[in-house]
Amino acid sequence: MTYLRAVLLVAGKDLKVELRSREQLVTLLFFALLVLVVFNFAFDFTVIDFVTLGPGVLWVAFIFSGVLAIGRSFQIEREQDRIQGILLSPIDRSAFYLGKVAATVLFMAAVETLIVPVAVVMFNFHFSGRIALAILALLLNTVGFAAVGTLFAAMTSSTRRGELLLPLLLFPAAVPVALAAVKTTTHILAGRPFAAYGHWLQMSAAYDVIFLAAAVLLFDYVLED
Amino acid sequence: MAADRDGPPVVEARGLAKRYGPLAALDGIDLTVPAGQAVVLLGPNGAGKSTLLRLLATLTRPSGGRLRLFGEEVLSSDAGRLRSRIGFLSHQTFLYEHLTGRENLLFYARLYGLSDPERAARAALGAARLSDRQDDRVGAYSRGMQQRLAIARSLLHGPEMILLDEPFTGLDRESSARLEERLRQLRATGRTCVMATHDLDQGLRAADRVLVLRGGRLEFDAPARGLDSARLEALLVTPETAAGPRPL
Repeated sequence: MTYLRAVLLVAGKDLKVELRSREQLVTLLFFALLVLVVFNFAFDFTVIDFVTLGPGVLWVAFIFSGVLAIGRSFQIEREQDRIQGILLSPIDRSAFYLGKVAATVLFMAAVETLIVPVAVVMFNFHFSGRIALAILALLLNTVGFAAVGTLFAAMTSSTRRGELLLPLLLFPAAVPVALAAVKTTTHILAGRPFAAYGHWLQMSAAYDVIFLAAAVLLFDYVLED
Repeated sequence: MAADRDGPPVVEARGLAKRYGPLAALDGIDLTVPAGQAVVLLGPNGAGKSTLLRLLATLTRPSGGRLRLFGEEVLSSDAGRLRSRIGFLSHQTFLYEHLTGRENLLFYARLYGLSDPERAARAALGAARLSDRQDDRVGAYSRGMQQRLAIARSLLHGPEMILLDEPFTGLDRESSARLEERLRQLRATGRTCVMATHDLDQGLRAADRVLVLRGGRLEFDAPARGLDSARLEALLVTPETAAGPRPL
């Protein structure tokens, strides 16, 4: 089996399981919606410019729901010791990691696709920026968050307090991606020129490459007990 | 796939050790398992049975000593190639409850890169007598049916060595009898089996050879023929069984 087919097989299995159970998407969606509603009541967006607070609100919703998605992704594999079934197979273990990242990115992207329009309506925001760049920023930062999150989830899922350890390890490591995500989104929503935030996009891309490459190289050892 | 009885031993361990920090889970195991032999591992909890199976399954690396599987050094060989020759069955099924029986087998068949996953899954479902339930979700299966499917999963790729970790746990009498029958069939096809269990009677019935582990050391090694469970029970409850491993 080729490496890419193994990645797609793992990701496809996760998607199929999720389509059947609908455990993750519903939880993630309601959690993200709840964040929007809370912020909508906490701040008067008729007075405060959405561009000032909105990107932070959106990324709080995406990052926290992302933590839920990543944690659940490995919890499924630990139940019935399913992860052993995959690790016993001849596929490269990094293909398993990339498959998990791909599935998490798709789950987070599905939530983002539904939440962004809701936020635009809820906060009565008139978007005048460049949509393609906004999508690129969402994608780059979602991939970065999923890459580092999946690596830490693999490390912590076999520990007794894994669900507690995951956010403790993940949030400090995800600070660069959260910072870049909020900054880029703010500049794009404000309709500023690319030169104002191009370096943030570059940073997100570099973060993705570094963490994906490091995880692919280290994943075999991460799963060692 | 039947074992090559003229080939190298399926398992060859010399001074095999596994440590978790200061704890020695396995300490200086010397073991040779020829092709086609059925071995049962006995011992109290924490004796190192599951650790030994995990080492044989290449799920973890040895901390010391040498381990050769199918004549290949584990640490320097292509782990994927070795894994494709090994099947693993545990009391955990490794199955996804939201997928159907057929989808579970197709997933594993594809993981193993089988040339015709559909055909392999169909044949395995037939052998497990689950063809009529193949499109039901595994979550709707009884424990016995799930274990039959788990056996089918572990044999899907035609492994030469089957590792079994407490496979009878949680099974009722009828399901246990079926699993025993399946193990007898596997032995008849010449596959090498290594099984860890707490059930002495079932272990003795399923094996050609009995190993007793205690505190990470191999304390007893003898042919299963002629041993009765009462004698083994006495060995297992005695603090110090033998001075060291006994040769076959």
